[in-house]
Amino acid sequence: MSAVTETEKNINTEKKTTNRFVEVAKSLMKNKLSLIGIIIITLIVLVAIFSPIITSYGPYEQNLERTKLGVGSEGHFLGTDNYGRDMWSRIAHGAIISLLVGLSSVGIGLFGGIILGLLAGYYRKLDSIIMRFVDLLFAFPGILLAMLIIAMLGTSLVNVVIAISIWSIPGCARIVRGSVLSIKNQEYIQAMKTVGASDLRILLKHVLPNCTAPLIVYGTMRMATAILSTSALSYLGLGAQPPTAEWGAMIAAGQDFMWDAPHISIIPGIAIMLTVFAFNVVGDGLRDALDPNMDVNN
Amino acid sequence: MSNLLNVENLEIKFRTADGTLPAVRNISFSVDREETLCIVGESGSGKSITSLSIMGLLPSNGDITKGSIYLEDENLSGKKEDEMERLRGNKLSMIFQEPMTALNPVLTIGYQLREPLIIHKNMSKKEASQASVELLDKVGIPNPKEKLNQHPHELSGGMRQRVMIAMALACEPSLLIADEPTTALDVTIQAQILDLINDLQSEIGMGVIFVTHDMGVVAEIADRVMVMYGGEVIELADVETLFDNPLHPYTKGLLDSVPDVDDVSKEINAIKGSMPSLNEEIPGCRFHPRCPFAMDICKQKEPPTFEVTSTHYSKCWLQEVNQSEPSNTVTST
Repeated sequence: MSAVTETEKNINTEKKTTNRFVEVAKSLMKNKLSLIGIIIITLIVLVAIFSPIITSYGPYEQNLERTKLGVGSEGHFLGTDNYGRDMWSRIAHGAIISLLVGLSSVGIGLFGGIILGLLAGYYRKLDSIIMRFVDLLFAFPGILLAMLIIAMLGTSLVNVVIAISIWSIPGCARIVRGSVLSIKNQEYIQAMKTVGASDLRILLKHVLPNCTAPLIVYGTMRMATAILSTSALSYLGLGAQPPTAEWGAMIAAGQDFMWDAPHISIIPGIAIMLTVFAFNVVGDGLRDALDPNMDVNN
Repeated sequence: MSNLLNVENLEIKFRTADGTLPAVRNISFSVDREETLCIVGESGSGKSITSLSIMGLLPSNGDITKGSIYLEDENLSGKKEDEMERLRGNKLSMIFQEPMTALNPVLTIGYQLREPLIIHKNMSKKEASQASVELLDKVGIPNPKEKLNQHPHELSGGMRQRVMIAMALACEPSLLIADEPTTALDVTIQAQILDLINDLQSEIGMGVIFVTHDMGVVAEIADRVMVMYGGEVIELADVETLFDNPLHPYTKGLLDSVPDVDDVSKEINAIKGSMPSLNEEIPGCRFHPRCPFAMDICKQKEPPTFEVTSTHYSKCWLQEVNQSEPSNTVTST
């Protein structure tokens, strides 16, 4: 075949081991705040995974002789609650619930949002129908929408997941639709059509990968909202019910002992705060790392 | 109909806010196997729309309102979308002007190159990867195996255009449409890409429709040339005839507006005026407002296509002088 010019050869023999993942991870680490966030998230995940090993009492194990022990008591370094249950064990168990609820609701929400967004962005006829539906969901305040859904379905943690998923759909659908609108007129999509790719193939294999960056950011930020909302709903008595070691429910249960044993409410409060803070900060960091055009720090 | 591609009386209209606008007006042409037909014309002359209509990829507000497109005796203009999908990339392929934007920036070269093979040849991912390496080698890309895992931004423009060609030719199509594939490349790379297309053409035996406005490229690659103006074919001839003996004033104007390196004293004569817009109804010949030879009849009656020789057609009243009887039949073989 035809010869390749020197310049072209030089460009191509230059070995570039550019791995997108490593690149993003590096710039994420450079951001101190998001590094703190990553450390907190890692710790929470580790605590959740190893909670049976790192706790010496079960989360539901009552000891009525040792109730309302303060922080730093012997054998219970975070104290005990009004039934003598180990606070550390309950917090660790709560981490499992929070992470699972967060992951599943964000996962389901993203799945629904991606489908709606792809369809709305790609097919003009579906666009107005889907987006009006999405606008309708947007018009409700989130917590109110969740309460409405739970009021219809009944109070349970599973229904909280459903409610929060539905609440995550509109934001995701908008992000995906926006990306699809700008991507579908690109020449490379036209090029894929000339190769004979079907609409479904183009959408899933060629349009969706271009939307991943904003979706990762949205998903991370959404984790924070989902965890916070789960706690809020449980606090209001609409989510996890009392014996369950869920952070929001624990705050609600500890309210009555605010004067003599404030740690029963404050410790799960701190846990919620740290988790939400960590996910938000990492989400911010990811946005900066994934979008080099937007330099917020400078 | 032994030709590879036969386009007959094709008319394409666009639905817009200003009503339906004709973008291509009643054109006919054909392409044979191993033949290169260059479509030449200014922007807006309908050359890109013609090629898109063959691919069945007209924008959603554009329709083929009349005429037919036959590829190997199959009528493409009446085909359903899923039937066209089976032909695209398989029998019909297309390469684009901008190699910079015609590859998806977030996907690897290999991922995109495998697509036509997986779609049309039912290959597994592994087989397709193997075939991709061979394809990249064929289009003259060094270290093809490494390139499969690279992203488009790591390749130069010329390399990307080679990848596009590899993708378009993966299933050895019988017709390749090249829409200004060299316009965005610098001249040395341009010559290489033209050579490459030429080599692969004789290897696969495909017909090529080459859309361009660069007369230098036309001289280099064309077997026959079709000149378009305002959605009409105004002259069709083999490449030597067209350069030696251009008959239509517009073709003459095009050739005159190419600078000549050898003859510095040569004046460049730009064609005065500009292309009429799509909705402008011009009585008679659509070129007459810009034509230096315009006669009275040009302003009143649309010229038929005159057959000058069996391979040379011109849509201009000037031919009537040389020919007593105009042949109104718009056949072009």
